[in-house]
Amino acid sequence: MSADPHAAHDHNEIEMPHASMRDYVVGFVLSVILTAIPFWLVMTMPLSAGATGAIIMGFAVVQIVVHMVFFLHMTPKAEGGWSLTSLVFTIIVVVIMLAGSLWVMHHLNTNMMPMPHEPTSQVTGQVP
Amino acid sequence: MSVPTMTANALTADEPVQFYDLDEHAHPEGHSTMLGFWIYLMSDCLIFAILFACYAVLGGSYAAGPSPKDLFDLKLIALNTAMLLFSSITYGFAVLQMQQGKVKGVQLWLAVTALFGLAFLGIELYEFHHLIEIGAGPQRSAFLSSFFTLVGTHGLHVTFGIVWLVTLMFQLSKHGLIAANKRRVMCLSMFWHFLDVVWIGVFTFVYLMGVLR
Repeated sequence: MSADPHAAHDHNEIEMPHASMRDYVVGFVLSVILTAIPFWLVMTMPLSAGATGAIIMGFAVVQIVVHMVFFLHMTPKAEGGWSLTSLVFTIIVVVIMLAGSLWVMHHLNTNMMPMPHEPTSQVTGQVP
Repeated sequence: MSVPTMTANALTADEPVQFYDLDEHAHPEGHSTMLGFWIYLMSDCLIFAILFACYAVLGGSYAAGPSPKDLFDLKLIALNTAMLLFSSITYGFAVLQMQQGKVKGVQLWLAVTALFGLAFLGIELYEFHHLIEIGAGPQRSAFLSSFFTLVGTHGLHVTFGIVWLVTLMFQLSKHGLIAANKRRVMCLSMFWHFLDVVWIGVFTFVYLMGVLR
């Protein structure tokens, strides 16, 4: 197809991340640890609910990074940096969307007039 | 009156105009598939982000119905998480077999991955069935609607992942480890591990945080 066989050969070798057994095993062991601790924390509750919540959210973030690095073979150089660029862009959009939705909807809830017709609608926020 | 750039052009006007990216590049089949698929996954990530945002907003609206504490069985969720995590590493083994050029090994590990995926789906369907059975279906409250939408969408992704796994096993048995099939294995690898990443968010934010609430 191409006039230059050498160039054709170079391009036919599609850039694929090189996986190794070590990567998968390290990623798996870390994931098991990072999954088991949050489940253990919530099932036995040795800490307060607030502290437990903060810790398991932290563990989730770390585990997502572990999966990205060891399973998805994410490196800053993958695909000439475009994978990372699109990932960072997605994260920014996701953070704006999540934080914005929660912020707006929280204020909407707190500024809502109480509705006496539907007593069930007040159950959300408060425990009698 | 001339703009400075015009002057600069005028000074070099006798030289031929040069474009730096004139040559056509080689675009062999599939050379941008991996990046394209990654960008698809990022868009999928946005879908899940929206569903997570919905759940975050509506997750506390029980409509005097059951709360996560009443409904979620963490042991079952732990088992489910384990299934998905096992399927992740078995897919990794399939990729390693592919790098060594062993078709049979790839197919074997893909089959094992599909079995773990089916186990995950089975447990999830059992959970959904149980919830609907006891009257905690998606129509019960805003919390349950958003819960079923978020977790159900993830389950649907896993279902299609399994369909793709089976398809890929047939493609591998028909054509072997040709370049196109290798590419497919790597794309499904990204898809499958991505689903595991989303599941981390689900079990942490929906199940564990739900029980804490």
